Amino acid sequence: MAIKQISVFLENKPGMLDAMTAVLANAGISLRALSLAETKDFGIVRMIVYDVYETATVLKDNEYIFSMTPVVAVMIPDVVGGLNKVLAALAKAQVNLEYMYSTLAGKESGNAYMILRVEDVQKAEETLRAGGFRLADQDTMSELA
Amino acid sequence: MERYFQKDMECADRETMRSIQNEKFLRQVKHVWDNVPYYRKKMEEKGVTLDDIRSIDDISKLPFLSKADLRDAYPYGLLGTPLKDCVRIHSTSGTTGKRVVAFYTQKDVDMWEECCARAITAAGGTDEDVCQVSYGYGLFTGGAGLHGGSHKVGCLTIPTSSGNTDRQIMFLNDLQATILCCTPSYAAYLGERMKEMGLGPDDIPLKAGIFGAEAWSEEMRQDIQNTMGIKAYDIYGLTELSGPGVSFECSAQSGMHINEDHFYAEIIDPDTEEVLPLGSEGELVFTSLDKEAFPLLRYRTRDICCLSREKCSCGRTLVKMMKPKGRSDDMLIIRGVNVFPSQIEAVLLNQGYAANYQIIVDRVNNTDTLDVHVEMTPEMFTDNLGEIDRRQKALVDGLKSMLGIKAKVTLVAPKSITRSEGKAVRVIDNRKI
Repeated sequence: MAIKQISVFLENKPGMLDAMTAVLANAGISLRALSLAETKDFGIVRMIVYDVYETATVLKDNEYIFSMTPVVAVMIPDVVGGLNKVLAALAKAQVNLEYMYSTLAGKESGNAYMILRVEDVQKAEETLRAGGFRLADQDTMSELA
Repeated sequence: MERYFQKDMECADRETMRSIQNEKFLRQVKHVWDNVPYYRKKMEEKGVTLDDIRSIDDISKLPFLSKADLRDAYPYGLLGTPLKDCVRIHSTSGTTGKRVVAFYTQKDVDMWEECCARAITAAGGTDEDVCQVSYGYGLFTGGAGLHGGSHKVGCLTIPTSSGNTDRQIMFLNDLQATILCCTPSYAAYLGERMKEMGLGPDDIPLKAGIFGAEAWSEEMRQDIQNTMGIKAYDIYGLTELSGPGVSFECSAQSGMHINEDHFYAEIIDPDTEEVLPLGSEGELVFTSLDKEAFPLLRYRTRDICCLSREKCSCGRTLVKMMKPKGRSDDMLIIRGVNVFPSQIEAVLLNQGYAANYQIIVDRVNNTDTLDVHVEMTPEMFTDNLGEIDRRQKALVDGLKSMLGIKAKVTLVAPKSITRSEGKAVRVIDNRKI
């Protein structure tokens, strides 16, 4: 059920992110979500894409270093306290969250998706499902309008 | 008035020196032939026996020794005396993980300290002087060599070793030091710091500095001399031969007199290994003439320089070597420490990185900096920043323990390291020296 995030290594220098997104744009790759983590020297671009296989091929052809990371995508109703309910459920189950970010898409439906990177994916998914939250699979993410 | 520590040797006429060298050389070759099977085998492979060596003119018949031989023979293969006769070791970097270990008998230590005493005396040192030794003490030869030399001259010796700059300055000032021994970059740094603290030549009676273990320019000498109000003297040496004091500068400050009654110098073409005539530029080769524990015949220093026998205003007749212009191998000297790119490569490979790296050396505020750029590989990449950080720290620690100095590690994108004609440019040295 977990979806695949692509994490790309980039040097922390002007123009690096632009160069990578240009490569993806030229190849017609559509992004669903993106987040940046940086250190002084380098950064990691984390993204959810429409077509994981296609994206991996394009990145590889262009000699980028990247890895696939399983993450959980959970639907959050666009209301006050929506995110807090998800986090409260995870906290109660002692699931450790490493980082999270939100999707760009899905707004029209009145719902947003949060992308969660957790230590224990299976436990997180069980907890959230038991709490009545909706999780997205790879296809759902790809089809987000 | 010029002072000498051992005038009979330092000012011997050419004929006397030649005969001393000849006599010592024949004894040294026999010592090696009898006691160092590693070198004897090299001689035999070249078809040379003791009978072929009749005088020092036959030196070119002998095989060379290189740093690779020192590695192959590590640790005891080149030892010329039983270990029970040895009293100390010092050590320097080898080309890979193995270090070079040099052994000393008491007589070897005395000879070495006398060489350093000649250098201190040539810089104007007497038993009236206060000599602060700010070279590192330990396996490195800088501290021990100048310390011993300072004792032999009879100076009051302040063994501060390196580091703790404010304490260094406190001793210089409170004990009114007159001679300072350290690396030139540290001297420049001390000078700057003294200026910041409002201390100048009027406060501290320093008159001379003996600075070596790394390359420095004439401009740097002028800077240090002006800031500190001293005369700055160069000193040269290598652990394999003893340490600092193989050669030293005199009041003329134009090249270093080689203690040629102990170390016989030749200049060779590094490619053909042919001996070049006096005055030619080439690789410096040394033969020890009276060492016991670690005698080296025709040791290739890899330093490129030339020799001169022009009459020196100081009165010494010892042959002079000009400041080395570079090296015939890829060794770097960073903060006085010998660093080989192959050592860095060994650490990278050992920790799972690819051998795609670049070493960037610079000098910031008179201190050498070492930055190792390493290309990220798919194997070493993970989405976890903390994990990458841990690996980077492990690399910094690994380099520190291999090199003995701290290096900064920067992870860079694959294929981002400059390649020239397909070959990676391993070293970028931005120091202006």
